[in-house]
Amino acid sequence: MESHLSLFFESVFSKNLALAFFLGMCTYLALSKSVKTAWGLGLAVIVIQTITVALNNLIFQYLLREGALSWTGISGASEIDLRFIGLICYIGTIAAMVQILEMTLDRFFPAMHQQLGIFLPLITVNCAILGGTLLMIESDLDFAHSVTYGFSTGVGWALAILALAGIREKLKYSDVPPALRGLGITFITVGLMSLAFMSFAGIDI
Amino acid sequence: MKALRRYLDELHPKFARGGPWERFYPLYEAADTFLYSPADVTDGPSHIRDAMDLKRMMSLVVFALGPCILMACYNTGLQANLALESQVSAGVIASPADTGWRAALLEGLGLGFSAGNVLACFVHGLLYFLPVYLMTQIAGGFWEVLFACIRRHEVNEGFLVTGMLFPLTLPPTIPLWQVALGISFGVVIGKEVFGGTGKNFLNPALTARAFLYFAYPAFMSGDKVWVAVDGYTAATPLGALATAPKEMGIQSIETGLDISWADAFLGTIPGSMGETSTLCCLLGAIVLIATGVGSWRIMLSVLVGALGSAALFNLGAEGSDNPMFQMTPLWHLVTGGLAFGLVFMATDPVSASMTESGKWAYGLLIGVMTTLIRVINPGYPEGIMLAILFGNVFAPLIDYVVIQANIKRRLARSAQA
Repeated sequence: MESHLSLFFESVFSKNLALAFFLGMCTYLALSKSVKTAWGLGLAVIVIQTITVALNNLIFQYLLREGALSWTGISGASEIDLRFIGLICYIGTIAAMVQILEMTLDRFFPAMHQQLGIFLPLITVNCAILGGTLLMIESDLDFAHSVTYGFSTGVGWALAILALAGIREKLKYSDVPPALRGLGITFITVGLMSLAFMSFAGIDI
Repeated sequence: MKALRRYLDELHPKFARGGPWERFYPLYEAADTFLYSPADVTDGPSHIRDAMDLKRMMSLVVFALGPCILMACYNTGLQANLALESQVSAGVIASPADTGWRAALLEGLGLGFSAGNVLACFVHGLLYFLPVYLMTQIAGGFWEVLFACIRRHEVNEGFLVTGMLFPLTLPPTIPLWQVALGISFGVVIGKEVFGGTGKNFLNPALTARAFLYFAYPAFMSGDKVWVAVDGYTAATPLGALATAPKEMGIQSIETGLDISWADAFLGTIPGSMGETSTLCCLLGAIVLIATGVGSWRIMLSVLVGALGSAALFNLGAEGSDNPMFQMTPLWHLVTGGLAFGLVFMATDPVSASMTESGKWAYGLLIGVMTTLIRVINPGYPEGIMLAILFGNVFAPLIDYVVIQANIKRRLARSAQA
């Protein structure tokens, strides 16, 4: 398995969830109008992504994959393959984690809850989060790597939304043709950003 | 001259609001202000008085590009003539005279194909550069004027620079339809959809080049495109080193390609038309810095970033299988488009960071990224183009952070007082 550093580099830059896979586009486009909002959302994505990818990794390893249940000692457990309920499990885990995290923050870290509060429910339905889990399962990472993977994909996504928010704040002064104002020009902007991120395509450390 | 002024003044009502050719006012305005200083004066509450307007600024950049343009013509011709000589002596072709319309024209002018004859090389190169340049101007100018007429803004000199930079970054063998396609993408998607000069966030010339690079890689990279002679392959130093075996290392440039450091510095090596000569870029840099048009902060920080990280990679040359690690910082400086990019592209005032301390961060980011792509990305032997685009993407964010930090610092200061 590749080193943690190269996994980090790869998932932040060359396989950036937003600009290489175009995941999580709805929140990415909707909440990138100001850098401040983008910062809050980016932070929330990093936290949730790190926790859920790691948790889903455990669920996959010890409950779902073929023969995963053999630790229970039930006869015939090594033949049980529960991967078909994977999607429901992962999305359930994500939703539950978001709820728990929101309640915990509200109770113990009110300042942080103030900052992240409104973004947390939004993230439940962010496909970058589910996408991170599914890509992790596809590349068959172990637990330690899945923590790195979750964290670094979160960082990559946050970096991408911060850059977009910076550009959109600058574009306020632009004179975009009326038909393209709003989402239209944002799509073009994201496309051009993705062109710049192509510089990492093919890097393999 | 007075007659010309009178003629323009007579035409004015026709193009002014309500006139029959109202729609084409930008064309009239462009011709008028190109020939005469505009009569309009600034009348808003705050303005800066300076003789340096957009037209002067952009003309200065083109002026600073002068050495690079001359070198582009000379070197393109030199490389072609050298290739023809070797093909004749190898017996691949009987005589260079029957290799197309350019050869026929050169023969007709009586210049011949001697690589030692400066004029012959220059004219040969000009015959390659000029079509590409004209195509850029025609296709790009068409979009520029179309948008100006429909959106009622002025035709800006920004395109003069874009239209000059873009052909200089292309290999001499590029098909003309790709030139037209590339510059159309650069001008329309890279600039005009954002509202024209000064409103875009990526450098239009680089956007155009990157588009061609990813759309038609076979025409923009590899060994076949750098010398304008059919069937002749010549690697660029970066391309040669990237694929060289480890033991060969830097020798693959010096003995393999027979290119010395001085050759690379002067620019008599295969490469994109305008980027080969570090010396010419240096001359351009002096003009840009002396007139204050290009930011010395950006140039210096790109240089420090690129050469610093190259030195770090070079330290690890012993233990690595990657031959690119063996390239010393000085070689990095003279090969590829690093010098050209850092002087003319990274300093583009529209797409670079605006704040002074932001410029340092922006330049360092570009410099480090350039070396990073060159050394560790096997897909792309050259990195400056993508590194600058990458820097452009993060420039607004860098500015934002700098401005917020300034606000915070001043708030703290005024709270103390």
